[in-house]
Amino acid sequence: MKWVDTEKWNEIFISISKHKLRTALTALGVFWGIFMLVILLGAGQGLQNGIAQQFRSDAINSLWIYGGSTSLEFNGLPKNRRIIFNNDDYLEISNRFPEVPYLAGRVYLSNNLILKYKDKSLGYSVRAIHPDMRHIENINITKGRFINEKDQRDIRKVAVIGEIVRQDVFGGENPIGKEIMLGSTAYYVIGVSFDAESDRAQREILIPISVGQVVYQGNENISNLGLVTGDMNEGEVQALEEGIIDILAANHQFNPADERAIRVNNRYEDYKNVQNLFFGIKAFLWFVGVGSILAGIVGVSNIMLIIVKDRTKEIGVRKALGATPQSIISMVLSEAIFITFMAGYMGFFFGVVVLYLISGVDSDFFRNPEIHLGVGFAAVLILVIAGTLAGLIPARQAAKINPIEAMRS
Amino acid sequence: MIKLRDIHKAYKTEFTSLQVLKGIDLDIQEGEFASIMGSSGSGKSTLLNILGILDEYDSGEYHLAGQLMKDLSEKQAAYYRNQFIGFVFQSFNLLNFKTAVENVSLPLYYRKVDRKLRHEKAMHYLEMVGLKDWAGHLPTQLSGGQQQRVAIARSMVTEPKVLLADEPTGALDTKTSHEVMGLFQKINEQGKTVLIVTHEQDIAKVTERIIEIQDGVILTPQQV
Ligand SMILES: Nc1ncnc2c1ncn2[C@@H]1O[C@H](COP(=O)(O)OP(=O)(O)OP(=O)(O)O)[C@@H](O)[C@H]1O
Ligand SMILES: [Mg+2]
Repeated sequence: MKWVDTEKWNEIFISISKHKLRTALTALGVFWGIFMLVILLGAGQGLQNGIAQQFRSDAINSLWIYGGSTSLEFNGLPKNRRIIFNNDDYLEISNRFPEVPYLAGRVYLSNNLILKYKDKSLGYSVRAIHPDMRHIENINITKGRFINEKDQRDIRKVAVIGEIVRQDVFGGENPIGKEIMLGSTAYYVIGVSFDAESDRAQREILIPISVGQVVYQGNENISNLGLVTGDMNEGEVQALEEGIIDILAANHQFNPADERAIRVNNRYEDYKNVQNLFFGIKAFLWFVGVGSILAGIVGVSNIMLIIVKDRTKEIGVRKALGATPQSIISMVLSEAIFITFMAGYMGFFFGVVVLYLISGVDSDFFRNPEIHLGVGFAAVLILVIAGTLAGLIPARQAAKINPIEAMRS
Repeated sequence: MIKLRDIHKAYKTEFTSLQVLKGIDLDIQEGEFASIMGSSGSGKSTLLNILGILDEYDSGEYHLAGQLMKDLSEKQAAYYRNQFIGFVFQSFNLLNFKTAVENVSLPLYYRKVDRKLRHEKAMHYLEMVGLKDWAGHLPTQLSGGQQQRVAIARSMVTEPKVLLADEPTGALDTKTSHEVMGLFQKINEQGKTVLIVTHEQDIAKVTERIIEIQDGVILTPQQV
């Protein structure tokens, strides 16, 4: 056996070029199947990307804890005491629950601070936070870096500014490493954050929580605490919530059952809903994909059956002239595989081109339609294999029947 | 060249069995030019298909060029068809999407002859049947007589030991029929064994020997 039987392929190309309609119909069926599959899967991915963007902040399973006022007396203490968290609470929670991937506190400075840079002087709100806040709020850094543990520990006066702050204050200038004044304290700009969803976040300045506490508050208070529950399940999140309440209740002397003492905002429900939505979209995409492939297989099998039927007389003649059944099966299948593969490849190619063209569309619920190369090639391969198997059975039958019978048809 | 002994053949369906050949004994020498005659349904085509290894027989023995043709695998059958036999059909059986010369060279493809030599040989035999100038035409562009001549060229191209023709003139008019028979005669004169099935007396008369078949057996010359 030669690797490429040129005589055979020459015979096949003659057959293909002389049967333009048959070739075109086969090719069109496969082309359309793959083309539609690529478009559907790509568009579905675009839909998923768009929705993922919409629900970006909800896609994090976060838990927020705010201090309130007691509504029950406890251990001889009166009601209406204000509960304010501090660094001890933060440390205790952090130590007690190492399985929590990200934990951060936040301090709001009560008034806007005046930012001074060169001749500019503008008022912005400033928040002091732990480094982990980046992962809890899903903050996107477009330039420079975010606040890190070292900044926090060393009480370094560094600031991450929002995109709008950058535009207002620096314009075209590179802000990284520049010194700015916030109130009467000097800071170095280390990064720029960008949040497509929230204008407010883009008008904000972030500084290390240690700096906020030392420079502006003179105490160790924390306004609220946020954390990410990672891949904990519903029960584990519930247990974590109760554990944290117990710690805070012990530290601040309130009744754990007192619902007013602190407020817990558990985003697990939102998170679960978004996860379910994604799962639904994924399932739909798979359904569509598997459906298109099945339709493609049925279509290709049908075409193969018709082709082999169409060629029965030819097969009889070839056999009468001395063709072996094997050579006939090989000829029919090679031709079919060649056409299917070429058409599948073209369908894939044009599908990707169309996806590329519509990728310019960037609406709220649709962005970056794309298809995994692997998925596309797998689809082409499945169709080729299915087509081959579908052709193999009738081709073998046709090659087996008596040449006289075959020629009569 | 051909030796048949007590050949039996029945067409069996699920419920019925039709005994067509009931003990055929026949010898044909190398270089003979013979015709098989008989009424419709007497089993002429059945016999010829067995001789051409296009069909199997139930019992008896068939020797072709000294070799027993029995219980052949598909591959062996294909090999013998290609090596020993040239077959001409009533309905020509040319491939319509191939030109005359491509049709003629097809048996050589299955003999793994290279393309250039295939073409040369095919042109040679097209010239022999007088259709050299029609080599590039498709069968649909040719008359019935021309198509049958292409089919004859195709059957000759492998230089077979035996040429078998099942009513080769059945679809042709009288004049064309005689032209085609002239061609067979010419082939026979080159030393080939030629066997033709026909039910036309004046076609059979062209051959040197007439074999009569009736009710599935060969009539002895006395009975004719
Ligand atoms: N494939 C088949 N299945 C069943 N019966 C068949 C088959 N082929 C032929 N026969 C029957 O066998 C008998 C002989 O057929 P055959 O074709 O050999 O006759 P023939 O002598 O060639 O007739 P004709 O002159 O009409 O061509 C007929 O009765 C025919 O109906
Ligand atoms: Mg007949």
